[in-house]
Amino acid sequence: MEIQQSMINFSYTAWIPLIPFLVFILLGLAGNKLKPRLSGLIGTSGLAVITVLSYITAWLYFFSGGKVGDTYQKITAVNTTWLQFTENLHVDLGVLLDPISVMMLIVITTVSLMVHIYSLGYMKGEKGFERFFAFLSLFSFSMLGLVLATNIFQMYIFWELVGVSSYLLIGFYYQRPSAVRAAKKAFIVTRFADLGFLIGILILSFNTKTFDFITLTSVDGPAIAQSGGITFMGLSVITWSMIFVYMGGVGKSAMFPFHIWLPDAMEGPTPVSALIHAATMVVAGVYLVARMFPIYVFAAPAALEVVSYVGAFSSLFAAVIACTQTDIKRVLAYSTMSQIGYMMFALGVSGYGGHEGLGFMASMFHLFTHAMFKALLFLGAGAIIHSVHSNYMTEMGGLRKYLPVTHITFLIACLTIAGIPPLSGFFSKDEILAAAFHHNKILFAVEYAVAGITAFYMFRLYFNIFWGEERHYHHTPKEAPATMTIPLIILAIGAMFSGLIPFNEFVTSDGKAFETEIEWIVAVPSVLIALAGITVAFVLYSKKSLIPDRLAASFKYAYKWSYNKFYIDELYLFVTNKIIFRYISEPVAWFDRHIVDATMNSIATVTQVVSFRIRRFQSGQLQKYAFVFVTGVVLLALLFIYLWK
Amino acid sequence: MNTGIPLYYFLILATIMFFVGVYGFLTRRNLITILMSVELILNSVNINFLAFNRYLFPHKLEGLFFSLFVIAVAASEAAVAIAIIINIYRRFTTINVEDVNVMKF
Repeated sequence: MEIQQSMINFSYTAWIPLIPFLVFILLGLAGNKLKPRLSGLIGTSGLAVITVLSYITAWLYFFSGGKVGDTYQKITAVNTTWLQFTENLHVDLGVLLDPISVMMLIVITTVSLMVHIYSLGYMKGEKGFERFFAFLSLFSFSMLGLVLATNIFQMYIFWELVGVSSYLLIGFYYQRPSAVRAAKKAFIVTRFADLGFLIGILILSFNTKTFDFITLTSVDGPAIAQSGGITFMGLSVITWSMIFVYMGGVGKSAMFPFHIWLPDAMEGPTPVSALIHAATMVVAGVYLVARMFPIYVFAAPAALEVVSYVGAFSSLFAAVIACTQTDIKRVLAYSTMSQIGYMMFALGVSGYGGHEGLGFMASMFHLFTHAMFKALLFLGAGAIIHSVHSNYMTEMGGLRKYLPVTHITFLIACLTIAGIPPLSGFFSKDEILAAAFHHNKILFAVEYAVAGITAFYMFRLYFNIFWGEERHYHHTPKEAPATMTIPLIILAIGAMFSGLIPFNEFVTSDGKAFETEIEWIVAVPSVLIALAGITVAFVLYSKKSLIPDRLAASFKYAYKWSYNKFYIDELYLFVTNKIIFRYISEPVAWFDRHIVDATMNSIATVTQVVSFRIRRFQSGQLQKYAFVFVTGVVLLALLFIYLWK
Repeated sequence: MNTGIPLYYFLILATIMFFVGVYGFLTRRNLITILMSVELILNSVNINFLAFNRYLFPHKLEGLFFSLFVIAVAASEAAVAIAIIINIYRRFTTINVEDVNVMKF
């Protein structure tokens, strides 16, 4: 595939991932020799530089360089061969610019910069301050490399790198056993899912003979041409490969059934949760599906069905759990899972090109707005935790007097996620629901219900923290420093106004702009159900009342199942400990010890015993050797003469 | 082609020489004597070559050439062996093969 020429030379974009990498090397190697404040500033200014570069790139791409005719092109800005195996099989590293990757650049650099600034205040005085910034830079590097990947293998490499940085950052407080456990869990669960991703990559590229995204996703490319090829269990190989690839996305994006790591990942410092586990890394799965979208639509519609059902189920499942959790970060974690389910679902119900691709556009739109408001929610939660030193909403209440800035920004974020116009969440959620409405009425009903539940649990959180009964605090909670409130304000502005960006002109499935309008038949009921959710939460939680407890008591089992996250963790433990370990691992271990090892050991023992006996022959007596030799020759001669007829 | 001496006389002689050589090789302790035994073995083989050549293939010369080869090899082998023996003598002040037994377990 020929590299498409653009009027603007985008080769400088290689520096966007490289600068954080250099910062990581610098802070990683020399961080402990620098003053903590200085290393924080180095990390933050590195991010500031690439944020500026990303905005310039976005400006150039969307407004002058990216368009040929009426279509946004995929531009390979940089490409180098990294590993050459054979003439056809090589792994490249490069930078691919297209609407979704440029949009992701904006999301990642903006949120990451905000988190860096916020961390200057939040992590102040923590042990390992410079290590924290080194890891943040590593993460930014990996995430940028992931979204800019020119080929699926580069994406896989960086995919694993974000997994590693996530592991390092969840386990940042490595003295705490729970953090270590959570980090391990996140790594192992996502790694298991990535096995599927790797299998998918291998099947796909074996059949298409390429890793390159542009070749793979072009409508007349080998992936789509082969969709009618060999079949296995009724589905084509391409479909199977896309299902396996999606498995990686399910793991990274914490969709059911690989979601169990995300709530535990909240053990990490709150800025990390905001950056990695809300805004950027967890949407990598959505990005992956969007990246391969033409293959899903044209070659693997069955895989796309899987995407939509998994997404819809996850969003409902997580929303139900979020209603009963009391740790505020866990509520937000389940809310993240639910919103990512929305994005996946939107991709699943989308078609390709023009208005058919509404779901694709809506998904990307929601990804964008979600990054803003969810990062804001997490950073707000961090500010709250910072001031009251607790994660549990049962130990909070009436904080609106003490934390005015946090209160206002948190309220904005809650209204945004609930989908109240004219905030950004309204627009993106409305597009998703509209896409669903035209595609699948049952799933639409599910998502519609989830919209109401979302409004309810977000405002349950809000009223419990900022209203309700005032608790006894160790010291009067006070507002966070400016380094923390300024990012909150900036993100709140982003959350309010990013809905006005006309995504239908910039980020579409085929690169061409199309017309959309708010569909009142969908929008009005969705606002109404959100308002209903808020009202219920207001009645139940704005003042101290007994109704919530009474409700919990009357729906005892439902409440208990939701509170215990439907026992999925226990199910996993049961399957691994009681079934896999006992019935597979233990017999295998027995076989290994008693058959494999024993065979090897006995061979070694026999050799040792025999050689101990026969080493006496090695006497050093020349004539003894000669005698043995001659005897041997004579015996052989006799053998040949008399027995070898 | 009959010269009066039958072939097997030569073979008996060669066999006797061969086993005298082997016996000497295995029983003598003096390295020089062992070397001489080796020469005996080689020469018994030479006799065999020549006798077979003469009696069985009188119009060919391979046997003759082979024994010339063996003589040449034996000469160089003797030179090398004596050099080794001299070195052994310098190292151990003996050429008794039983005392030269450091190469063992």
